[in-house]
Amino acid sequence: MGIFSKLASSLKKTKDKIADTFSRVFSIDRIGEEFYDELLDALISSDLSVNFAMDIVDELREKMIEGSVKDKDYVIKSLKETLLTMCEDAPEFSIEYPTVIMMVGVNGVGKTTTIGKLANYFKEMGKSVTLCAADTFRAAASDQLTEWANRSDVRIIKHAEGADPSAVVFDAISSAKAKCTDVLIIDTAGRLHVKANLMEELKKMGRVVGREYPSAQFLKLIVLDATTGQNASSQVETFDEAIGLDGIVLTKLDGTAKGGFVLSMIAEKGVPVAYAGVGEKLGDIEEFDLEEFVDGLF
Amino acid sequence: MANVFSGLSEKLNHVFTKLTKRGTLTELEIKQAMREIRIALLEADVNLLVAKDFVNRVSEKALGQAVLKSLSPTQQVIKIVSDELTELMGSTNSKLLVSSELPTVIMMCGLQGAGKTTLSGKLALHLKKSGKKPLLCACDIYRPAAINQLKVVGTQAGVEVYEEGTKNPVTIAKNAVKYAKQYGFDTVIVDTAGRLHIDEELMQELIDISNAVKPTEILLTVDSMTGQDAVNVAKSFNEKLEITGCVLTKLDGDTRGGACLSVKAVTGKPIKFASVGEKLQDLEPFFPDRMAKRILGMGDVMSLIEKAQEAITEEDAKKFEKKFKENTFTLDDFLSQFDMIKKMGGVGDIMNMLPGNMGMGKFKGVKAGEIDEGKIERNKAIICSMTKKERKDPSILNYSRKMRIAKGSGTTVQEINQLVKQFDQTKMLMKQFKNGKKRLPFM
Repeated sequence: MGIFSKLASSLKKTKDKIADTFSRVFSIDRIGEEFYDELLDALISSDLSVNFAMDIVDELREKMIEGSVKDKDYVIKSLKETLLTMCEDAPEFSIEYPTVIMMVGVNGVGKTTTIGKLANYFKEMGKSVTLCAADTFRAAASDQLTEWANRSDVRIIKHAEGADPSAVVFDAISSAKAKCTDVLIIDTAGRLHVKANLMEELKKMGRVVGREYPSAQFLKLIVLDATTGQNASSQVETFDEAIGLDGIVLTKLDGTAKGGFVLSMIAEKGVPVAYAGVGEKLGDIEEFDLEEFVDGLF
Repeated sequence: MANVFSGLSEKLNHVFTKLTKRGTLTELEIKQAMREIRIALLEADVNLLVAKDFVNRVSEKALGQAVLKSLSPTQQVIKIVSDELTELMGSTNSKLLVSSELPTVIMMCGLQGAGKTTLSGKLALHLKKSGKKPLLCACDIYRPAAINQLKVVGTQAGVEVYEEGTKNPVTIAKNAVKYAKQYGFDTVIVDTAGRLHIDEELMQELIDISNAVKPTEILLTVDSMTGQDAVNVAKSFNEKLEITGCVLTKLDGDTRGGACLSVKAVTGKPIKFASVGEKLQDLEPFFPDRMAKRILGMGDVMSLIEKAQEAITEEDAKKFEKKFKENTFTLDDFLSQFDMIKKMGGVGDIMNMLPGNMGMGKFKGVKAGEIDEGKIERNKAIICSMTKKERKDPSILNYSRKMRIAKGSGTTVQEINQLVKQFDQTKMLMKQFKNGKKRLPFM
C-alpha cells in the first residue's frame, strides 16, 4: 500500500459524488455561458470558496476553446492543470528540528486528535516528542491529550484546568529544552476566530515561544475540518493575521466532505497544507499531496 | 469574507440597485437578480440543490408581480426572498417534546466535533432552569476523556451524570433510564459519541440505543459552519434514526449559517435551538425569521431589542427619554449608557445584530471582534475622574483640568478630547431627533 493510498480512497467517495455533479456540466453540449455556470456550481459544491471558483472559471475561459465539450477528458485535464498552476507559488511545508508546533483552530475541528496522531507519526520517524496541554479551558481537554500521550508513549506537560495557557507553554519549553526534545506540540483551546480576546491569548502564547526558545523552528498550524464550508476562509484569514500561519492540517477527510476550500488557501493566501487526517486511528495521518488531492477531487 | 456586513446583503443591494424601474418585474430582471441570489446563497453555505430549488420558487413568485406602490422593486424582491426563506426554515420556533411516560429521553447525535457534549450540558441547564429534573447519560465510550468532559459539564450545570465507564453504550443508556425512574429524574439526556454518517457500524449502535430507550427527541447537532456536506450528513442521520429536530451550534462565529437551510430542506425537521457561546447558559430558542435575516445579512434587530430590554430597566428608559426630550443629557448619562452597552454584551455583539445596510455606512470594514471594548473602559475611567461640575458641563474643561483627569484615569489628553467631541456630537444628534429632522433607527 502506498503512503497516500488512504487519502486517495477517502477521496474516492467524494469523487463518485462529484462525478454526479459534474455529469450536469457535461450534459451541456457546448462550451458557453451555460457550461461555465454549471461548472461554477460544481466547483462551489466541492466547498471551493465562491470567489476562487469564479477565478478558476475565468482562467478556464481563457484557456479552453469554445465549441464542443464532448471531450470530457480535455475539460478535466484543463481544470486540473489550471488549479495546479494557480497553486504553484505557495511555499512548501518543511520541518527543521528541533521544532515547536502550535496547533490552533476553532472548536471541534479535531486539534487534540490530530496532535495525538502527529505524536505517533514523529515518534515512528525516530524523533522524541513532548506534548503541551495548553487547552486549559475545555472540560477534560488535558485528560484527552494525556490519553493520546499514553497511546504513543510520549511525554506530556500539563497544569490544572483554568490555568494560564502561556504558563503551561513556558513550562513545556523549559522541559523540552532540558530533554533536548525534537518536536514539542502545543495543544490550544478551540476558539472562534471572531473573539478578539481569545486571539490575543494565542498571540501571547506565540510570544512566549519566540522569547523562550528562539533557536527552535516555530510552526503555527491551523486545523481545518473538511466538513466546513465557506467560513474556512475567514478562519484562516483571521488566525493568519493574528499569529501568522505556516500550514494547514485538513481533518475528517474520511467522511463525504471534500475540503475543497484548501485550494484557495494555498493559491490565494499562500498557506500550504501540511497534513491530512483520514481516520480515527493513531496512524490515520498523512503528509498532504496536492496533486493527489486535486486528482481525487475531479 | 470575514466582514459580517459583507456578503449577501451587499450582493442583493447591488442586484437591486439595477432594478430601479417601477412597474412589473420583468423576466430578465428577475433572471439577473436570481443568479446573484443563487451565488449569494451558495456563499452562505446553502447547498447547491437547495439553493437552486429555492431560487426557482422565488422566481415563480416574483415573476409578473406588480410592484406595490409602497415598495421599490428592490424592496419587493427582498421581501419575497426573505418571506420564502423564513417559510422554508419553518414558521415558528418549536419546543422540546415531553413524553407522557416519564422520563422523557432526549438523544443527542452528530458528527465528531459538532458540539454534542457541550450542548448536552447546555440543554441540561436549560431544563433545570425551567423546573425539570434532568439526568445526563455518558454514552461516548470512544473519545478519550469524553466521559470526564461530560462530568465536568454536569458539575457546572449542577446536573447529575450517569456513567458506567466504557461499557456497551446500549446497556448504559438502558440503565440510565432505569436509574432515572428510580430516583425521580423526569428527563434523560443521552450524550453519544460523534460519528461519521457513513460509518455503518457506529450508526447501527445509535439505532440500537434508540430502540432500547425509545427517545422522545432525537436531536441532530449541526455545526453552523458546515458547508455543502450538511445535506449528506442530515439525510443519513434522518434516514437511519428518524430524528425529531436539529440544534445549530457555534452560531457566535461569523458564519452565515446557510447549512441550517440545507438541513431543514432535506429532513423537514425543525431546528429547535441555537447555541451561541462557550458558556453553559449560551443557548437560545431557534427563530426561523431571525435566521433568515442572518443568512440574508439583514441583522438580528429582534435579538438586539430583547437584549436591550434585559439590560435597560423601564425606569432607566423613562429617565433617559426625559433627558432626551429636554436635551439635558450629561456626561453622567453618557457613563450609564456605556454600562448599558456592556450589559448588552458589548459593542461587538450589538454590531453583529445590526442589519447590514445600517451597519455598512457607519462601520464598513470593521470586524465585530476588532471593536475596542477597552476604549469603553477608558472612557468610563475618564468620566469617573471628572468632578460633578465637569460632568454637567464639559465646556469648562481647560488644559489643566484635562491634565488632571488624564493623570487620574490613566489616559491621555487626546483621549479626553475625543470623548468630549463624541459627547458633543451625540448631543447634536439628539437635537436633530428632537426636532424631527431624523428618525431614530429603532425606537
